[in-house]
Amino acid sequence: MNFETTYLGLRLKNPLVPSASPLSTETDTVKKLEDAGASAIVMYSLFEEQINMENKALDHFLNNPGDSFAEALSYFPQPDEYHNLHAEDYLEQIRELKETVDIPVIASLNGVSEGGWMKYATRMEEAGADALELNIYYIAADPGMSSEEVESMYINDLKAVKNAVNIPVSVKLGPYFSAFANMALRLENAGADGLVLFNRFYQPDLNLETLEVEPSLELSSSFEKRLPLRWIAMLRPHLKGSIAATTGIHSAEDVIKMTLAGADVSMMASILLFKGPEVLGSILDEMKIWMEEKEYTSLEEMKGAMSSASVGDPGAFERANYIKILQGFDVNTFR
Amino acid sequence: MSRKQVTIDANEAAAYVAHKLSEVIAIYPITPSSPMGEWSDEWSMAGKKNLWGTVPEVSELQSEGGAAGTMHGALQTGALTTSFTASQGLLLKMPNLFKIAGELTPAVIHVAARTVATHALSIFGDHSDVMAMRMTGIALLSSNSVQEAMDMAMISHAATLESRIPFIHFFDGFRTSHEVQKIDQISDETMRAMINEEWIIAHRNRALTPDRPKIRGTAQNPDVFFQAREAGNKYYLNCPDIVQSAMNKFESLTGRKYSLFQYHGAEDAERVIILMGSGAETVHETVDALNAQGEKVGVIKVRLFRPFSMRHLIESLPATVKQIAVLDRTKEPGSTGEPLYNDVVTTFYENRTEQWRTFEKEPSVICGRYGLSSKEFTPPMVKRIYDELTSSKPKNHFTIGIVDDVTNLHLDLPDTSWEPDSDLFEGLFYGLGADGTVSANKNSIKIIGDNTEYNAQGYFVYDSKKSGATTVSHLRFGSKPIRSAYLISKANFVACHQFTFLDKIDMLKHAREGATFLLNAPFPADEVWDHVPEKVQQQIIDKKLKFYSIDAYKVARENGMGTRINTVMQTCFFAISEILPREEAIEMIKSAIRKAYGSKGENILQSNFAAVDNSVENLFRVTVPEEVSSKLQMRPPVPAEAPDFVQKVIAEIIAGQGDNLPVSAFEEDGTFPTGTTKWEKRNIALEIPILEPDLCIQCGKCAMVCPHSVIRLKAFDGTLLDNAPEGFKYMDAKGREWPENTKVALQISPEDCTGCVLCVEVCPAKDRKAVGRKAINMEPIETHLDREKENWDFFLTIPEYDRSQIKSETVKGSQFLEPLFEFSGACAGCGETPYIKLITQLFGDRMVIANATGCSSIYGGNLPSTPYTTNADGYGPAWSNSLFEDNAEFGLGFRLTIDKQQEQARELLIQMNGSVDEELKNAILSADQSTEPGIYEQRERVGALKELLKSKDSSEARLLLSVADYLVRKSVWIFGGDGWAYDIGYGGLDHVLASGKDVNILVMDTEVYSNTGGQCSKATPLGAVAKFASAGKAIGKKDLGLMSVSGGGAYVARIAMGASDMQTMKAILEAERYPGPSIIIAYSHCIAHGYDMRYGLNQQKLAVETGYWPLFRFDPMKSAEGLNPFQLDSKAPKSAFKDYAYNEMRYLMLAKSQPKIAKELMIRAQKEVHDQWRIYEKLQDVYEPVKKEEPSNE
Repeated sequence: MNFETTYLGLRLKNPLVPSASPLSTETDTVKKLEDAGASAIVMYSLFEEQINMENKALDHFLNNPGDSFAEALSYFPQPDEYHNLHAEDYLEQIRELKETVDIPVIASLNGVSEGGWMKYATRMEEAGADALELNIYYIAADPGMSSEEVESMYINDLKAVKNAVNIPVSVKLGPYFSAFANMALRLENAGADGLVLFNRFYQPDLNLETLEVEPSLELSSSFEKRLPLRWIAMLRPHLKGSIAATTGIHSAEDVIKMTLAGADVSMMASILLFKGPEVLGSILDEMKIWMEEKEYTSLEEMKGAMSSASVGDPGAFERANYIKILQGFDVNTFR
Repeated sequence: MSRKQVTIDANEAAAYVAHKLSEVIAIYPITPSSPMGEWSDEWSMAGKKNLWGTVPEVSELQSEGGAAGTMHGALQTGALTTSFTASQGLLLKMPNLFKIAGELTPAVIHVAARTVATHALSIFGDHSDVMAMRMTGIALLSSNSVQEAMDMAMISHAATLESRIPFIHFFDGFRTSHEVQKIDQISDETMRAMINEEWIIAHRNRALTPDRPKIRGTAQNPDVFFQAREAGNKYYLNCPDIVQSAMNKFESLTGRKYSLFQYHGAEDAERVIILMGSGAETVHETVDALNAQGEKVGVIKVRLFRPFSMRHLIESLPATVKQIAVLDRTKEPGSTGEPLYNDVVTTFYENRTEQWRTFEKEPSVICGRYGLSSKEFTPPMVKRIYDELTSSKPKNHFTIGIVDDVTNLHLDLPDTSWEPDSDLFEGLFYGLGADGTVSANKNSIKIIGDNTEYNAQGYFVYDSKKSGATTVSHLRFGSKPIRSAYLISKANFVACHQFTFLDKIDMLKHAREGATFLLNAPFPADEVWDHVPEKVQQQIIDKKLKFYSIDAYKVARENGMGTRINTVMQTCFFAISEILPREEAIEMIKSAIRKAYGSKGENILQSNFAAVDNSVENLFRVTVPEEVSSKLQMRPPVPAEAPDFVQKVIAEIIAGQGDNLPVSAFEEDGTFPTGTTKWEKRNIALEIPILEPDLCIQCGKCAMVCPHSVIRLKAFDGTLLDNAPEGFKYMDAKGREWPENTKVALQISPEDCTGCVLCVEVCPAKDRKAVGRKAINMEPIETHLDREKENWDFFLTIPEYDRSQIKSETVKGSQFLEPLFEFSGACAGCGETPYIKLITQLFGDRMVIANATGCSSIYGGNLPSTPYTTNADGYGPAWSNSLFEDNAEFGLGFRLTIDKQQEQARELLIQMNGSVDEELKNAILSADQSTEPGIYEQRERVGALKELLKSKDSSEARLLLSVADYLVRKSVWIFGGDGWAYDIGYGGLDHVLASGKDVNILVMDTEVYSNTGGQCSKATPLGAVAKFASAGKAIGKKDLGLMSVSGGGAYVARIAMGASDMQTMKAILEAERYPGPSIIIAYSHCIAHGYDMRYGLNQQKLAVETGYWPLFRFDPMKSAEGLNPFQLDSKAPKSAFKDYAYNEMRYLMLAKSQPKIAKELMIRAQKEVHDQWRIYEKLQDVYEPVKKEEPSNE
């Protein structure tokens, strides 16, 4: 079976790509993923804001109580050098992965300043990244900021990075735009080589015991794939560049659906964290069985076979959910 | 040879040489010498090699005694060995010094000479420690300045190897050890030329080795000991010449000339002062000024004090000398005179027969004491001594620098006008510890020292508080060498970095006429003048000061610097002081920033650069009107209603006028009154907690965790509210235990709060409609200060609730008890003081405390004011600090006395046949004092007994009266930190735990030596970074709890208030009740852990939840009751150790500096946590009592 696909101009042996997650922090794990069938790896995201914050905290807490009490002019030894203040670990990890695995390595970056985007993007390229995923993890909570401003920010960040590097650049973003289809097109026009749909924002929870807001990290469920599935199907006919599906992809069935909708690759993390790298092999096996059953000989044949341009009823993707549900509702089943 | 100049302090200078010339360095931290050990450790950790290409091995021991033993061992086996210490530390080394010297072993100990504790401890400098070593046979070589600290370090290392006499090389603690100066660094070539390789080989050849076996350290009998002791004499006879020849060689290599007794002054001087240490430089400076005025005076700087070469001293004096004053920076009570004086007198006496030199007439010699505990020693004092020498009968055995109105020994100091050198720049900078003023000034000295031809000097004065501490930086720059070893009193630049200081500290009294005054003020240019107090306005006008102002906090904030205004104020200093051209100075500041912060990330660098650029734009000169307009007055140091002693003594110390207090102001034996912190209103919080009575559930948690006893709970009858001020907050008492109409007030003392936020963090009561609002919330002080002050004053007038009616054994109930420990100078958010406060609430009226030296002795007993206080009846904790190493034994002594006196009282009472009512007698003798009411009743009975005894005129009655109070149960507490309990005091602690005596030990475990700046102890956990464990501690924390349990006879508890306040309460109550020794190991978060202390309790909770700090209680009494004595009070770990550890910089910094090691240590630490938990679980099972089997029917 020919699972080959092209993503961001990279020729991949299959559409299974581990998405940005802690899986890529350990080289051994990435090697296992490769061996299990991963066709590329997206590294964990580098957060510029976090780097800045950690550097400040380091400076503050190592020096701040000092020079105020005669017996204790400092409280910590002062190392001559600190490590990883400028994401050296991340860059080193790119280098190490490039030396260890044969699959393409896609670096992932979340910046906060224009300078930061460009600086780290350049360094990632220099370290050997095959492509770059801009993980624009931005919560538009400021009521004073208009949608136009938010959108411009995305476009500007992308342009800044595109100007700085020569490797392909994808944009990973959330679905929360009033005109997402238009936004997707604008990103492509601004130079995005691909879109990764969608970013999954961690949603904090409320603790009813302590009455406190708590961060929560829950792995995705298969159900969540419907959102990217629909948008990929709708956007596929309009976009020339690559599309990666992500969020809620847990099984061969999910990958098949994404591919049919038009995704070039399917990215996954939760299922790999949960079941281990070996799950990739099973997915490929099951895909093969399905494809053979349906008489597909290659992935390329499947791609977009059920996008909005290809299905008989393109409105099916655009129709609001409740309409379809009401139409399918059968009172008799609830006797 | 190339000349390299560096701007450093004497500790670094001496350590530089010591590290270069040693193979083994054995150390233990003690102020003010700790930085020498820290530098050595840092250099060795960074792989810096000694002169012979190997990295010296630095080893931290459990005490100075341990360091001396290790040093002795290393020397005996042939290593070039050094150590650093001071004060009590040197005393602990003394036994080994006799040995090391007796065995003629080359070695150098570098000492930052510090006062030995007598009537009080002092961390400051004098020669009492080194003078106590005279008997040991060690050579004593003195340095007077930072340059000399490097040079004499070199000379001592060379001379010891050649002479075989071990050396103490010493310089004045703080005044020299912490003074920053630009000095010449000794090159490796010079060092190599100074040290003869053969000496090293000879030292190694004398080593104990099985390859050339011999023994040393025999025991000798009366027949031979004496002769053998005399056998080494020749080495002492040769030593002075060896030192002088080393000095001569050093001069040939560096051009810096030294001699054993170095004379400076007029060739035909008639009056000479002889002294050693930094004071000699002040005398040198004064001699130059006096001789320039036509006087004929000189000074002998004593360098080699032991072995004392009389011939060299006599030969160094001018033949013209007629009067000599010998000054000693130490006190030897009851002696014929202090050591140096005695040696000088003996020298002249022996010169009569030896005739080393003939004088026109043998000079007269008088002596005086000066400078004890870093007391100021200034040119006017020096002049006064020279003047005294001209009198017909000079005063002998005088003191200088104080007013002794009791024995009248002092030389009075008329208001001498002493004009400072007009070419010298002298700057004074008043800042807060937290605002970065000192670090900025250290940086400025380096900039000027390293980049200009100027000489530079910096000296920093800190206060003894750990929160809201004031710092004063004294900076001098000039083209001539700076010898002024005293504080600046006539500055041409004064900077006030905190606007709130303006009405508290009279800083402009130190300004010269025409000086510059820089003020950080939160006001626009045209409003600043109106906010300046009247007195300050007057000084600005009278002294024609150039007045500049900047809103430094605004600039810092806007540039992402938070509250660190160091860069801003430093830029302003350079911009207006004109020491350097402005642009050049700014470039240098930026370059210094790059050096300091370059390794800490680009964003930090950019914030600092931006702050520099924006500072100049925001700096402006204030137009000074011709007339004073302000009505604002300076604030008195204590309120008018404070008691007499507080007004006369403590207020003076608070106001910085302690130097003016005469001898008669003090008790002769060091006794001080308790309960004086309440008069020192420090007003250091920017935000204070404000109560929302409608939400408060009266749980008492906020009061319990308040480290400064600022939050108080009081229950009272509603009728007492009649005189309450408007806005006084109170609530109906919650709970059935209170009688009808009982009200509760939860009041904050706004002027004593440090703003730490622990209370708000712990508050569990939230507004249902807006959960962000708690029952207590931080709000800006300015909007609440006046009202809360009034409320606090009223609150204090409400009588304390009857203790016997309070459920004092619950968390809530305990907080209705009055704390007898309040407003200490501990750090904001301190993790130790809440435990102490709680203990004083429970037992304060009958407790006596032995306190190990450390943080708790400093915030517990460092002047000006003391936090332990009394209740309305005058009862309260009695407190004392003996030493660092002996605290458990010290407290055991308390117990032995109390038990003995109680026994005597009982015996005497039994003997009082007929004269004491039998019912009263029996009631006293059989009293149950296991509960609060029981103790209260006994106190009443004893009170009645005492009244009765006062009326009896018999020896028995008088003797019983003197011990009758011991019939009321006393609670003996032994407080200390982990440095004491795990390390230096462990031997004693272990013994006391096995004594069976009823003492209660509280170990406040911060897991490092907090007071001396975060050095590693055996309590430091695996994986954490500390000084002397900069690559992360590779060995796990000692389990003091388990070790104490293993003895079986002591009550043992491990507690963490933030994890379980209830378990903390139980443990403290049980420990106190336990009739034998008890030990409580209390998790104490600390600023040395590297995070915001407001989260201290959260971290305590995490420490327990991750299994790192299991809570347990071990009560041997339970075994007798057939119960399990080992009670594990916390649950199995529910999250990973790193989830706790990586919230703290002590762990995280290793991940940032040495990630591979950090990762490895974290894996091991997690395993240790896991293993520890398994052991504890098993232990609980092991201690489960064996159930007797039911008798079988068969």
